[in-house]
Amino acid sequence: MTATAHDTAAPAGDAEVVLRAAGLEAGYQRPGRHGFGRRRVPVVAGLDLTVRAGRTVGVVGESGCGKSTLARAIVGLIPAFAGTIEFAGTDLASLPRRRRRRVARDVQMVFQDPYTSLNPRMTVAAVIAEGWRVHPGIVPRDREDAEVARLLDLVGLRPEHAARRLHELSGGQCQRVAIARALALRPRLIVCDEAVSALDMSVRAQILNLLADLQAELGVAYLFISHDLDVVRHIADEVAVMYLGTVVEQGTAEQVFGDPRHPYTRALLSAVPSVRDRPDDAAREIVLEGEVPSPAAPPSGCRFRTRCFMAAERCARDVPELIVREGTAHPVACHFADADTGTDTDAGTASSAR
Amino acid sequence: MTMSAVHPAPTPPGEDAAAELRDVHIGFRSGRHVTPVVRGVTLRLLPGRVLALVGESGSGKSLTSLALIGLLPPGAEITSGSVVLGGDDTAGFTARQWREARGSRVAMVFQDPMAALNPGFAVGRQIAEPFRRRLGASRRDARERAVALMREVGIADAETRYGDHPHEFSGGMRQRAVIAMALALGPSVLLADEPTTALDVTVQAQILRLLARRQQEAGLATLLVSHDLGVVARMAHEVAVMYAGRIVEQGPLDAVYTRPAHPYTLGLLRAMPDGKEEGGRLTPIAGLPPDPRRPPGGCAFHPRCPFATDVCRTEDPPLAGSGGRSVACHHADEVRAAHSGPDSAAHGAPQSGPHSAAHSTEEDR
Repeated sequence: MTATAHDTAAPAGDAEVVLRAAGLEAGYQRPGRHGFGRRRVPVVAGLDLTVRAGRTVGVVGESGCGKSTLARAIVGLIPAFAGTIEFAGTDLASLPRRRRRRVARDVQMVFQDPYTSLNPRMTVAAVIAEGWRVHPGIVPRDREDAEVARLLDLVGLRPEHAARRLHELSGGQCQRVAIARALALRPRLIVCDEAVSALDMSVRAQILNLLADLQAELGVAYLFISHDLDVVRHIADEVAVMYLGTVVEQGTAEQVFGDPRHPYTRALLSAVPSVRDRPDDAAREIVLEGEVPSPAAPPSGCRFRTRCFMAAERCARDVPELIVREGTAHPVACHFADADTGTDTDAGTASSAR
Repeated sequence: MTMSAVHPAPTPPGEDAAAELRDVHIGFRSGRHVTPVVRGVTLRLLPGRVLALVGESGSGKSLTSLALIGLLPPGAEITSGSVVLGGDDTAGFTARQWREARGSRVAMVFQDPMAALNPGFAVGRQIAEPFRRRLGASRRDARERAVALMREVGIADAETRYGDHPHEFSGGMRQRAVIAMALALGPSVLLADEPTTALDVTVQAQILRLLARRQQEAGLATLLVSHDLGVVARMAHEVAVMYAGRIVEQGPLDAVYTRPAHPYTLGLLRAMPDGKEEGGRLTPIAGLPPDPRRPPGGCAFHPRCPFATDVCRTEDPPLAGSGGRSVACHHADEVRAAHSGPDSAAHGAPQSGPHSAAHSTEEDR
């Protein structure tokens, strides 16, 4: 396996668009008023997202922000309430069922916990080959064993692993199998939903390197969803920060992590413990009070305003659009994105630290 | 005290420890066979100080903390060594003595607050229970004290939330309630086993802040068990790194993080994607932790270690050191030398050696 870093990927802008979601709404339904009818609760509430070939888009946010719902809607596990999802220029919703399945092959998913997302009693070979039953014609039957061996090699396992059952493997090895299974269908996009979150730290680094190697070798794109900002910062080319179903800030990893403009992004980044922290300097962080509101009853105007340390009257009235604003180089959904953020230290002490 | 040069006191001796483990071995018994999972751990918890126990799953860090509160799971037992609470050896503790010690002398906060709370009772009542049962307080008095405690741990509207059940609380609020329960009887020792692992980062920041504040105010001797080196950096004064049932390195936080002397510590720091830069490659530790049923001979880390030589395959290095800093490695000096400077934790000079593990992705042993 070549060990080139993923900086060999094509620069943003000119690579082909693999996935484009526009105005996407998805969520769950619950009984309507007095038990009549159904009411849609959009957990993802109008979201635009573009992923280009061979690139990694990271989605960060906390529980309830809708990042897993986004993943599920994109791979078609749940229907979208509104908006479009395009793969390589084709709107999925407009396709008849059979054609949709053909397109859906191009996007695969790797889940957080391989022990629950894969059948532990199946052999590794059967897990990897399962997709070829659903999508015939990718690999001829007589070539399957050889293809399984090739995929195992690709993800750093040995040919003899093919006959093992998943419960005999470690968590890191299972996650390699899950990646091999996704790759078996030769997808153009892999949605990784907390794909390394359940792994021990030494093994996590192995899998992150593997994902980078595979991208350099195969040109596959990732939509990498994680609550772990350090991991996303490491692996992603572009980053979208989600809060309560919408993207509040978007840009290159360098822009979002190096020059965060949305107050939520700033709070999130300051809250992440780093090995460089020390017990006595914890006062630097921006502490958000309160909790994420319910997606069934989002606040008016800016959805973050109820916890925002910069909130003003206007924020309850006007929904801030996700646009490039004066003084920012990347899209931010905040009326005050151009406010002088100063250093992290100033922001923390000035506005929020108790 | 049985501590010898092999197990140097990690902190200034002379100070009275609130709790102590002395060369504790813990094993899982099946029939006549005992599988050792904690192999000789010595720790001292001092009032007002936070000691962090760091390690990956299966390293024995959780069992070590459970031994301090007499809550080892069925099948696990202390095979040798002693657990000392405030000067009392707990070896002869009856079930009743342990019950009395829990809560009033040593308390614990677990990872999953939903599992620590009874879903069938109001949260407030669960916080009030120790006052009723242990201090014999009246119902009204217990309620008042519980509400005051809920306020102290930052539960807003404590009075009205007293009657809410756990499912009506958010994850962060539940963990606050669990912390309130742990602190109710004013213990001198607090054990926190992955207290924020199940929480979101912004909530984690709130809870870490609360724990640090309470720990300071009450002068609690705290053992923080965590796999998260960042959380540890925020909370702990001292760090002990566990691998395969042993402490492999121990010392003041800053010293261990910026000048690691054990190859496992160095490997963990290098494997962290914490660098303030995007992209690049991580340096994982090759392979997997050993199966406790089939431990490798010599140093347990040698199959994954880029510094390993013949002596590592035959001799398990003792935990030795001076000045509050100890390490169990035959090649500690080389590890220190390989690590150049405080800011190279994640991006130090590449290791070289006959068994350089950096490029390998093979996990199987």
